[in-house]
Amino acid sequence: MVENMLDVEIWRGKETGRFETYRVPNGSSQTILDVVTWVQRNVEPALAYRFACRVGMCGSCAMTVNGRPRWTCRSHVSKVVKSGRLRIEPLYNMPRIKDLVVDMTPFFEKWQAARGQFKPSITRFDPMERISPDSMRRRAVDAGIECINCGVCHAACDVVAWNNDYLGPAALNRSWTLANDERDADRGGLLSTISRSGGCHSCHTHGSCVEDCPVGLNPAAGIAGLKRMTLTGLLRGDLG
Amino acid sequence: MTDARLYLLQRATAVLLAPLVLVHLGLILHAVEAGLSAAEILQRTRGSIAWATFYGLFVLAVAVHAPIGLRNVAREWLAWGGRWLNWATFLMGVLLLWLGARAVWAVVGGGL
Amino acid sequence: MIQRWRRHPGYWAAIAHRLSGLVLALFLPAHFLVLGLALEGEIVLESAIRWADQPLVKFSEWALIVLLTLHLSLGLRILILEFLPWRGSRQALIGFGALVSILAGSVFLLKLE
Repeated sequence: MVENMLDVEIWRGKETGRFETYRVPNGSSQTILDVVTWVQRNVEPALAYRFACRVGMCGSCAMTVNGRPRWTCRSHVSKVVKSGRLRIEPLYNMPRIKDLVVDMTPFFEKWQAARGQFKPSITRFDPMERISPDSMRRRAVDAGIECINCGVCHAACDVVAWNNDYLGPAALNRSWTLANDERDADRGGLLSTISRSGGCHSCHTHGSCVEDCPVGLNPAAGIAGLKRMTLTGLLRGDLG
Repeated sequence: MTDARLYLLQRATAVLLAPLVLVHLGLILHAVEAGLSAAEILQRTRGSIAWATFYGLFVLAVAVHAPIGLRNVAREWLAWGGRWLNWATFLMGVLLLWLGARAVWAVVGGGL
Repeated sequence: MIQRWRRHPGYWAAIAHRLSGLVLALFLPAHFLVLGLALEGEIVLESAIRWADQPLVKFSEWALIVLLTLHLSLGLRILILEFLPWRGSRQALIGFGALVSILAGSVFLLKLE
């Protein structure tokens, strides 16, 4: 019996390297991550890649699949492969460490640069603030809060590729949820931070982040919201 | 000038330019139909305060709008940056403003 | 830059918006200089306009009309995306923009006749 096989090209190396082709069983309903794991266990034990939860929660396993950034644990081979071609490489816009693994340090540094931390306005001894789930701001937070930090939007973004200073859609999406958090103590400081060079105004609304976000978030809409907020601040004279 | 201010100027002039461009396009199509000639243009524009205001505003807006757009392209596609980029943006604005104002004067006031 | 696979309508709209803007910005000084010829008299401007009757120049004028309309419609799309509430990529707006610019180009061609 001839088994149904699939040829897969996988990136080997660092910034310089090459694609190696592997022949893997083309099982039904297998994911891209299953394919990579099969290669690592059966053909190439030295193949480096990242994963953890395998169910789309942790955001570790993002890779570039046929040129598009994806969460590989929830991407089925049958849905991705067209005309029998499957090419897997590390995420774009981040330094390549080994094979399918990228250094995500610059990505997370941008979260820091976008003031990604919550700044409390009260202490643990004060009563909890009451935020209505129906309020406009709370709903804006809800729309952006489920980010799993996978880096897909960052890898998809043209402006990130073109401008080293740009904070990127993931970090700015975080800023947007904080800017709408009624409990945050320093919205003004946050808006000043993301108005610097490489901040929210660098976004040109290409919408690649919206196209590729695996959990269906809309970072571009959040960034547009930040642009409106900062313009209001600018016109009022609150913003430097 | 901060990125936020440049962004504000870019979008504000875009809002201003949208109706101006629509009228300009309408006028071009009208003029082409009538058969474009210097006499036809100048007969419309000479001494007209309305056209002087219209195109004066147009030139002002475009002299702000275009350099900011070129600045983004230079930064992202040519990796320009720093003081050079700011000066180039500014000079482009001055150039467009000067040439544009001169053109408006030529068709509205020239020969008077 | 180009070898990436993820090209979608929003990306092409942005590229078209940028390239049309680029061409228009570079054309503007020339446009202003030609109009400035009126300073030297109506005849000088007239000779420049007659020079522009050549097919190649007429074609460039037609292209500029299309690019200006395209830049206008795609710019309005950006303003809508950034300043009005929206979800999704509003791809219909791109089609609309392309259609309007083709329309403007066709009208220009018809009026030339």
